Amino acid sequence: MGKRALGWITFVMVLVATYLVFMWAPNERIMGPVQKIFYFHVASAWVGFFAFLVVFIAGLAYLFTRKEKWDIIGASSAEIGVMFTTIVLITGPIWARPTWNAWWTWDPRLTTTLVLWFIYLAYLLIRSSIHEEEKRARFSAIFGIVGFIDVPVVWFSIRWWRTIHPVVVDASGFAISSKMVTTLTVSLIAFTFLYFYLLVNTALVEKMRAELRRLKEGVYQ
Amino acid sequence: MTYFNQIGTLVWKDLTSELRTKEMLSSMLIFSFLTTVVFNFAFDPDTETIKRVFPGIIWVAFSFAGILGLNRSFLNEKSNDCIMGLMLCTPDKGIIYLGKMLSNLIFIYIMEAITLPILFVLFDYRLKGSLLFLLLVIILGTWGFIAIGTFLSALAVNTKNSEILLPIILFPLVIPLLIAAVQASGSILSGGSWPEWSNWFKILVGFDAIFTVVPWLMFDYLLEV
Repeated sequence: MGKRALGWITFVMVLVATYLVFMWAPNERIMGPVQKIFYFHVASAWVGFFAFLVVFIAGLAYLFTRKEKWDIIGASSAEIGVMFTTIVLITGPIWARPTWNAWWTWDPRLTTTLVLWFIYLAYLLIRSSIHEEEKRARFSAIFGIVGFIDVPVVWFSIRWWRTIHPVVVDASGFAISSKMVTTLTVSLIAFTFLYFYLLVNTALVEKMRAELRRLKEGVYQ
Repeated sequence: MTYFNQIGTLVWKDLTSELRTKEMLSSMLIFSFLTTVVFNFAFDPDTETIKRVFPGIIWVAFSFAGILGLNRSFLNEKSNDCIMGLMLCTPDKGIIYLGKMLSNLIFIYIMEAITLPILFVLFDYRLKGSLLFLLLVIILGTWGFIAIGTFLSALAVNTKNSEILLPIILFPLVIPLLIAAVQASGSILSGGSWPEWSNWFKILVGFDAIFTVVPWLMFDYLLEV
């Protein structure tokens, strides 16, 4: 029941956000329509970071409670987080090429996102290379925690690294109108709902997978 | 036995077994030497290029050779289920972590002490800054790398493809450390003053502190039966 409602809310929110982005929000004066990618780009980045925060919390919760539920939440969240971070890394260059005239710059935000992406790919790799359920849950919880602790260190080191070099592009600036702010807020909310909807469904699949594995083991023993 | 005595015993055990086989040290040494030679071919070794890439070469050689050592570190304990014996020796798993970390550190420091002069000779590099500071940065940078590396090596050894997994899970986490180490040693090599590399120094110290304490605290969870 709750899942259904969540699905419908997500559907409506995403529709509204899409309408606002393409029909309602004004075109940016200098960048033109390409700036509209901003609403999806920023919202995906937010969901990506949020997903990794959830992995961290689920890791801690698993180590303290040892409930399978937390492992499933962590695993699902990491998968979704990697997916949205991939979207960020794809939409970023598409937006950067016409506006900054470069596909990629080693700007702190870009670089940190890339490193984050690598860290959570490693998380997924660890999961896929351990078969014992309990061990997989424990190890990935540990790595989720250690990886998340690393993120602020990555951010600061890359920021200092870049300030030494000349700043090629100024990322700070375009004038943002109130309509744009509203649109961005709505798409952030829509993506957050989308995140939770995906999380519920991925967790369900993970749970069924675990059950199936247990059934199979029961049959063969 | 006190806490430090127990760590000391573990380090002594690792040193003795390494002295008998010498397999870890020799492979690390040869590999770092080889990396150096490959770099010599990869970059045109004129003085201008060398000046710019030298700090990077040092750290790539050290970290690649370090990975080799780290991979062996817990793999040796896996044969004959030695790791179980270690866990039965002490209720505090933090001791195993610190012992392993220290013995890994000793091996990699020996490797670096031999490789560093070779690097200077092969690239005909003239040091402009203080050698003492360069050594300090190398000591700190290696410390952080080994601290988190030992922890992840213990994690990776329990998976089915440990030797491929370790570099993939280790390098993303040590990126801040590598940036700081390369920048700091680059600045010192070209005679930079303290304010130029103080920030990097702080990152190195911070990284070392965080990634020695966190693995030490979490090792209990890693080595559960």
